[in-house]
Amino acid sequence: MTDYRDYLREELFPQMWCSGCSHGISLGSIARAMAALNLERHKTVVSTGIGCWGKADDYFRTHVFHGTHGRALSFATGIKVAKPELTVLALMGDGDGVTIGGNHFIHSARRNLDMTAIITNNFNYGMTGGQYSASSPEGSITTTSKYGTMEEGFDICSLAIASGATFVARVNPYHVTQMDKLIAEAIAHKGFSVVEILSNCPTYFARYNQKASAVEMMKYFKERSLSRKKYDALPEEEKENYFLTGKLHQVVKDDFHKKYKDLQKRARETAEEVS
Amino acid sequence: MGKVKFLQGNHACVEGAVAAGARFYAGYPITPSSEVAQAASDKLPPLGGYYVQMEDEIASMAAIVGSSLSGLKSFTATSGPGLSLMQENLGMAIMGEVPCVIIDVARGGPSTGLATKQAQGDVMQTRWGTHGDHTIIVVTPASVQECFDLTVRAFNLSEKYRTPVIVLTDKTIGHLREKVDVRDPSEIEIIDRKRPTCPPGDYKPYRADADGIPPLAAYGDKHLLRINSSMHGEEGFINQSPQNATALSKRLYDKIENNVADIGRIKTFQTEDAEIVIISFGISARSAFRSAALARQAGIKAGAIQLQTLWPFPRPQVQEALGNSCRRLLVAEMNMGQLALEVERVFTDMEVYRVNKWSGEDLLPREILDRLKEVSE
Repeated sequence: MTDYRDYLREELFPQMWCSGCSHGISLGSIARAMAALNLERHKTVVSTGIGCWGKADDYFRTHVFHGTHGRALSFATGIKVAKPELTVLALMGDGDGVTIGGNHFIHSARRNLDMTAIITNNFNYGMTGGQYSASSPEGSITTTSKYGTMEEGFDICSLAIASGATFVARVNPYHVTQMDKLIAEAIAHKGFSVVEILSNCPTYFARYNQKASAVEMMKYFKERSLSRKKYDALPEEEKENYFLTGKLHQVVKDDFHKKYKDLQKRARETAEEVS
Repeated sequence: MGKVKFLQGNHACVEGAVAAGARFYAGYPITPSSEVAQAASDKLPPLGGYYVQMEDEIASMAAIVGSSLSGLKSFTATSGPGLSLMQENLGMAIMGEVPCVIIDVARGGPSTGLATKQAQGDVMQTRWGTHGDHTIIVVTPASVQECFDLTVRAFNLSEKYRTPVIVLTDKTIGHLREKVDVRDPSEIEIIDRKRPTCPPGDYKPYRADADGIPPLAAYGDKHLLRINSSMHGEEGFINQSPQNATALSKRLYDKIENNVADIGRIKTFQTEDAEIVIISFGISARSAFRSAALARQAGIKAGAIQLQTLWPFPRPQVQEALGNSCRRLLVAEMNMGQLALEVERVFTDMEVYRVNKWSGEDLLPREILDRLKEVSE
């Protein structure tokens, strides 16, 4: 097996993220998944957007793309369609992934291109100073919701499943072994896969929402993350206080390229008939 | 061998793109450009290429940037409102130095304005639509044949200078049907991007050669490609030092502006002895050429220039075309006066007049002639 450090640019460490941020854990987990799958570095592309997690591409020793806010999946779509043999990962936060980039997220899921979206969901915009996002739970205190948010947050995994993603998982930074395993499984999955990583923003979200330290936030994720079986056994009114984690959805379906090859074949035949 | 066909401008653009080697199109339908998408969806798949209909113009522009970096020549098409949505990622393509072609079939604005009618109101949107200091190449066909030829040229310039290029047409040319010589790729000059020749480990995606243009690897190559829309150093890592910001912006600007001799192109009509020269572009240039001929019959020594390159403004070519006797310029365009601003800026020693129309109808030879007569009195 390859060493996960081969995929990382450790010479650029320490990472730029705040102490106590879980992004470093997610970064390591992705590298370990790459190593477990023995991915060729020059056949792997990491596409990022803007935000704290948007800096993750700096640390990968693969092909990378760092572009505009919310569009990591759209750039990745072009990258993957044009060269199907590449392994393509789009790394996004909740802002990138389901707020400004929400439209691209649902359509990417619908298109079922064989690539992986990894969304670190820390329930707020860290980079711009802790404003609420489309994933902030209702009532969240943020720098733009001093009185608590009055909008409901997206359930990212449900959104992915409803939109047609063919592999969906939710993990947290405490259960790292599970994170490593499910990210590897998502990358290996043929079709559009989504991994939501519940993430810790100790600088803003945690501090404003009575989970003052990174340790408390980790305990919170540990205690509130439940497998499907335990989650389903909860009384209905209790469910909103817990996170359903693990692999939530997987279906086998022809991916975009499989269908596109068929389309190209039909197009060639038609073109020949016409000429 | 090429084929002579009877096509509309929008279709000719696709024929040009295919001849230039384009194999990827991503777009979102919009009047009056939709036939470009339709033709691309028809032509590309049998060639092993891809047509992807995206969820909006933001994603369309992003997708062609991505596919170009995977090594396929890529293009999109839109009209004014869609181009507005593409502007952020057009800036990304400029900053990231990604070759790609955007066909803008102009219509009346602002906003949803005159969605099915004629205008040339995107002169400044193509030049300054994306934020920040930058420059861009815009080519402007005036006929269906030029839709083919200048789309090929747009790809060539895009590949050569590692930059996005806009083909600015308009509703009338887009839908006009004319005879067009669809040349075979073997009959035309086709330029492909410079690829790295150094060992993979030495490759820096933003280290420019002496010509100011860095070779471009593709995703999947052993040469690892680090593309970055933020201010970056040669290796592609963010670098916000004042020195780097100054130098990089200057290089991106100079690689285009210092090559106007190569990029700029015009067509002329009797400018040598003209005392007044009409400057125009696109379909209006054809009215301009006709009105200059009519003016000659009426005893006015008029000439006309069609800008085939709109941006960067082909100053040396226009200056060379203007004879010693020319003292007056008339800028003819279907907007409230956009190109005129540039002409006034460049030719401070001449009297610059304007003839404009923004009703949604084409600018006719008679209307330009009337204005020529008025300013010649």
